Amino acid sequence: MFLAGCNMEVLSPKGDVGMHEKNLILIALGLMSVVVIPVIALTLWFAWRYRASNTKATYAPKWSHSTKIEAVMWGIPCVIIAILAVITWRSTHALDPYKPLVSEVKPVTIEAVALDWKWLFIYPDYGVASVNQIAFPVDTPVNFRITSASVMNAFFIPQLGSQIYAMNGMQTRLHLIAREPGSYEGLSSNYSGAGFSDMHFKAIATTSQGFRDWLARAKASAAALDLPTYQALEQPSEKVPVSYYATVAPGLFENILHNDVGGRPAGDKPTEGAPMKGMPMEGMPAHDGVAVVASRHDHAKVAE
Amino acid sequence: MFGKLSLSSIPFDQPIVMITLLAVAIGGAALLGGITYFRKWGYLWNEWFTTVDHKKIGVMYVILALVMLLRGFADAIMMRGQQALAAGGAQGYLPPHHFDQIFSAHGTIMIFFMAMPFIVGLMNLVVPLQIGARDVAYPFLNSLSFWLTASGVVLIMLSLFVGEFSTTGWLAYPPLSELQFSPGVGVDYYIWALQLSGLGTTLSGINFIVTILRMRTPGMTLMKMPVFSWTALVTNVLIVAAFPILTVTLALLGADRYLGMHFFTNGLGGNAMMYVNLIWVWGHPEVYILVLPCFGVFSEIISTFSGKPLFGYKSMVWATVAIGGLSFLVWLHHFFTMGSGADVNAFFGIATMVISIPTGVKVFNWLFTMYRGRVRFTVPVLWTIGFMVTFVIGGMTGVLLAVPGADFVLHNSLFLIAHFHNMIIGGVVFGCLAALNFWFPKATGFKLEERWGKWSFWCWLVGFYVAFVPLYLLGFMGATRRMQHYDNAAWQPYFVVAFIGAVIILAGIGFTVLQIAVSIRNRDSNRDLTGDPWGGRTLEWSTSSPAPFYNFAVLPEVSELDQFWADKEHKRAWPRHAHYADVHMPRNTGVGVVMGGFATLLGFGLIWHIWWLAILGLAGMVGSFVVRSYDRDVDYYVPGAEVEKIERERLVPLHKLIDQVGAAPAEQKVA
Amino acid sequence: MNASVITAGHDVAGHHEHHDDGSKTLLGFWIYLMSDCLIFSGLFATFAVMAHSYAGGPTGKEIFDLKYVLGETMLLLVSSFTFGMAMLNMHAGRRGKVLAWLVVTFLFGAAFVGMEIHEFVHLIHEGAGPDRSAFLSAYFTLVGTHGLHVTCGLIWIVVMLDMVRRHGLDGIVKRRLSCLSLFWHFLDVIWICVFTFVYLHGVL
Repeated sequence: MFLAGCNMEVLSPKGDVGMHEKNLILIALGLMSVVVIPVIALTLWFAWRYRASNTKATYAPKWSHSTKIEAVMWGIPCVIIAILAVITWRSTHALDPYKPLVSEVKPVTIEAVALDWKWLFIYPDYGVASVNQIAFPVDTPVNFRITSASVMNAFFIPQLGSQIYAMNGMQTRLHLIAREPGSYEGLSSNYSGAGFSDMHFKAIATTSQGFRDWLARAKASAAALDLPTYQALEQPSEKVPVSYYATVAPGLFENILHNDVGGRPAGDKPTEGAPMKGMPMEGMPAHDGVAVVASRHDHAKVAE
Repeated sequence: MFGKLSLSSIPFDQPIVMITLLAVAIGGAALLGGITYFRKWGYLWNEWFTTVDHKKIGVMYVILALVMLLRGFADAIMMRGQQALAAGGAQGYLPPHHFDQIFSAHGTIMIFFMAMPFIVGLMNLVVPLQIGARDVAYPFLNSLSFWLTASGVVLIMLSLFVGEFSTTGWLAYPPLSELQFSPGVGVDYYIWALQLSGLGTTLSGINFIVTILRMRTPGMTLMKMPVFSWTALVTNVLIVAAFPILTVTLALLGADRYLGMHFFTNGLGGNAMMYVNLIWVWGHPEVYILVLPCFGVFSEIISTFSGKPLFGYKSMVWATVAIGGLSFLVWLHHFFTMGSGADVNAFFGIATMVISIPTGVKVFNWLFTMYRGRVRFTVPVLWTIGFMVTFVIGGMTGVLLAVPGADFVLHNSLFLIAHFHNMIIGGVVFGCLAALNFWFPKATGFKLEERWGKWSFWCWLVGFYVAFVPLYLLGFMGATRRMQHYDNAAWQPYFVVAFIGAVIILAGIGFTVLQIAVSIRNRDSNRDLTGDPWGGRTLEWSTSSPAPFYNFAVLPEVSELDQFWADKEHKRAWPRHAHYADVHMPRNTGVGVVMGGFATLLGFGLIWHIWWLAILGLAGMVGSFVVRSYDRDVDYYVPGAEVEKIERERLVPLHKLIDQVGAAPAEQKVA
Repeated sequence: MNASVITAGHDVAGHHEHHDDGSKTLLGFWIYLMSDCLIFSGLFATFAVMAHSYAGGPTGKEIFDLKYVLGETMLLLVSSFTFGMAMLNMHAGRRGKVLAWLVVTFLFGAAFVGMEIHEFVHLIHEGAGPDRSAFLSAYFTLVGTHGLHVTCGLIWIVVMLDMVRRHGLDGIVKRRLSCLSLFWHFLDVIWICVFTFVYLHGVL
């Protein structure tokens, strides 16, 4: 545990959910050590003390029952497990991935779609989409809606906390928040076939300005995620570079969810993205890299 | 004519596979040639292939398991080698398609074709002897079970050279394992190898439940039954309750793949999570099917070598039963991250933790069995102590994973991999190797050399920690399972250390092989003439080593738990009988091995869509079974005079020895 | 050293354990039936999950013909009764009647399987085959697995007919007939569940 250096991602969380989970891990391990360490010590000590060559030690060849000892050995595990059970019940409800995080800041919604073998992210409130990269402001809850257009995957950003499965025809939800700006490693943690090892993405937690820049960059992209583009994207591919889409076919996520893409001609023509809700996008430079500014008090409302 | 099968099905372009094929072909030819040269075919057929003797079937299971351990481990060390190399842009030496087959084969083989055969073999070898029975309830069925398992092994080994194996992991989750995403024959190999061996396992389960319930020697009530037999009983109940679910699950996946159905497909109403639920309803009890008999092994060993009865026998029995029951209530903890909701997750998390209570009790039982004992550090005891220390650590990480909040960040990570290897190596493999050392003399008549056994133990123990502590740490670093390569170069040192651990384990396996080879060479100096090499406590040690084919000339009468120990104490062990009655025994039959052969044809035909072959295989199986049902000459009586001759050969010198020293030879070692 | 002399009488008792008086076989067969029951529970559970996954295809209401299925049910129930008659005659030692009732049972069983095959063929022709939707997959698999069991039972009856003819009603034949009887009634019970949960529940 104490080896936890800067590369122990799970043990150096950058968000509330991950923090809670790290503490949970440490508490549970500590509680269990109360039994486990003495048991290991006793095993080695008894084995040594009562070795056959040690004729000084008591030998009780018939002794095989003691109500007192048996009561204790059923009792101690019961007590530890009872405590752990209470912790488990509470933490499981507190950490339910479906539960929205309590915050005064309006959350950002991201729809995540697992494809063979890349992640497609749709920002329904901004009408943009990206592949293998997401950005969101720090200190802002992020609501994920997750599905898979292909086989089962799992959506996981280790430093922010919980993972959840991405399953075809089903939608799962996940709520995360980042407290420190940074670019975090995201991945599929459920094996999904040949290109699985490269199914990574970057999760960029940035300032609200940085987030606006990122959106602007997406908006400035020449590509539009209409149905033909999506159908091309859906084909298996590996090590897919980050890309952005300025617009998204309406209802694309729902259609993917219902295995309906291309089945209905209604969505065939490229359409405008969702209304931008007053975000001043024009004229913003599309940076090559996204500004990551260490200012965790930047609570600017991103989406009014 | 040959379905999907053609010459191009053999992967000529893969040097690793071709070199293996060459080695197997040369080795196989040498083996077959040797058998022919020494004219051993008749011996093999008459004494082994057609045998219905539970002890010989047990030995065949164990040999099968050890061979498959080598195959499964070869896969393991290749994986560790790949991951030690493939960091930061490097691709290692295994392309994804090959790597994915290897990790799928490793898991499938180790669970179904190494651990299961070993456990079933152990039960075959020991249970009838422990309960004072002359055979199992259905000796022919027992032979059939073995040959069905063997046919599964043949199929899975064939997949290495003909076609490909599954690339979908050891549980073949759909939709990845559906035709749409896995159009090759790999998943079909997986399905049919498991269906055939699973059928064998289910039959074996039924056989042993009836054996244990109906064939205990007079006076042996259930609460006077040795602990290993108790764990075997619970395990077989779990087998009969869980394996049908596996059969259904794989049949439904097969229906999707072969008949175009939509149980687990994307679209048309299929629901892949149904598969995940079903397979774990089997899968979690399966873990206990493997580990419970090992708990029994450790109980027998720790009590024997401490020179004391097992502490808290009743606690142990109830703990075993409780674990068996609870094992059906926890399957969902394998997929907390499916999004089931907090109440469901919390329920299954807590139910999982509750299992650790009876398991913890067992550890305390072993602990207090050593207390005030005279512990002899033989090889089986080393394995047991190694197990106790390793297993509690694995238990701790297991309970941690049972907390849904912790599982949300550790699920599918290498932490999970380290945890279940901690249980399966620390529990099942250590248990199997302890049992191998403990009961080897009973099966063969001579002991295994201690020296190489100790080398093997230390290599396994050290190798395990060196291999899996890095994986625990990598799990905390966010490293997930089944990666053919990874970008984060900071992980590489840990993977290199894990690879070194695997090499140390390889040495451990090497020493076990060496131990067996050296022991066979020196067998004359390691003979167990008394039948009781360790100062045993239970009935299997009261008969000779190796046990005669009828096990007991006269069925022993039982009035207490450690009957044989009490008999020795009261100087009434090895009774002299004035008269031996005829012994009723089953006759050997070749139907089991023939049906196993037809089953292999059936499986191969189905895998490659060679329908005539499949029909031939099925008709052959049904036909042989029907023909067998007409055979009325299935048993015979061994004349009392012959029994007497065999018994005298052993007992006369033994009694002379006892009269000389005034006590059983093995007892002296204890005192 | 006390050499205990074991009497021959005791040993006969031990001996007895290893003669199969049929009770061991019947216990084993019961356990087998329980495991088979679990196979069906797995299929029923799957059917319950898939019961409304029509995927735009036909529903149970649209494709099930209750009268037809009721006919099938009656065939199977009657066959259970006729098997009972065979067993009564077996206990009474009337070999000829056992053969006759077994033949009658076979005919009813075969008619049941025939009707089921006819129903399946009809459904497939209507475009309601097992590949149409998850609901139909589950339906065909559950009902088909039962039908496969009945077919195995039919083969078993044929074998037993021959055995009764050859060996008469000796211990081994009686034991096997008892197992077959258990199997046949078990399939009846399963069918009642199929009829209730799949057909009645599907239509109502």
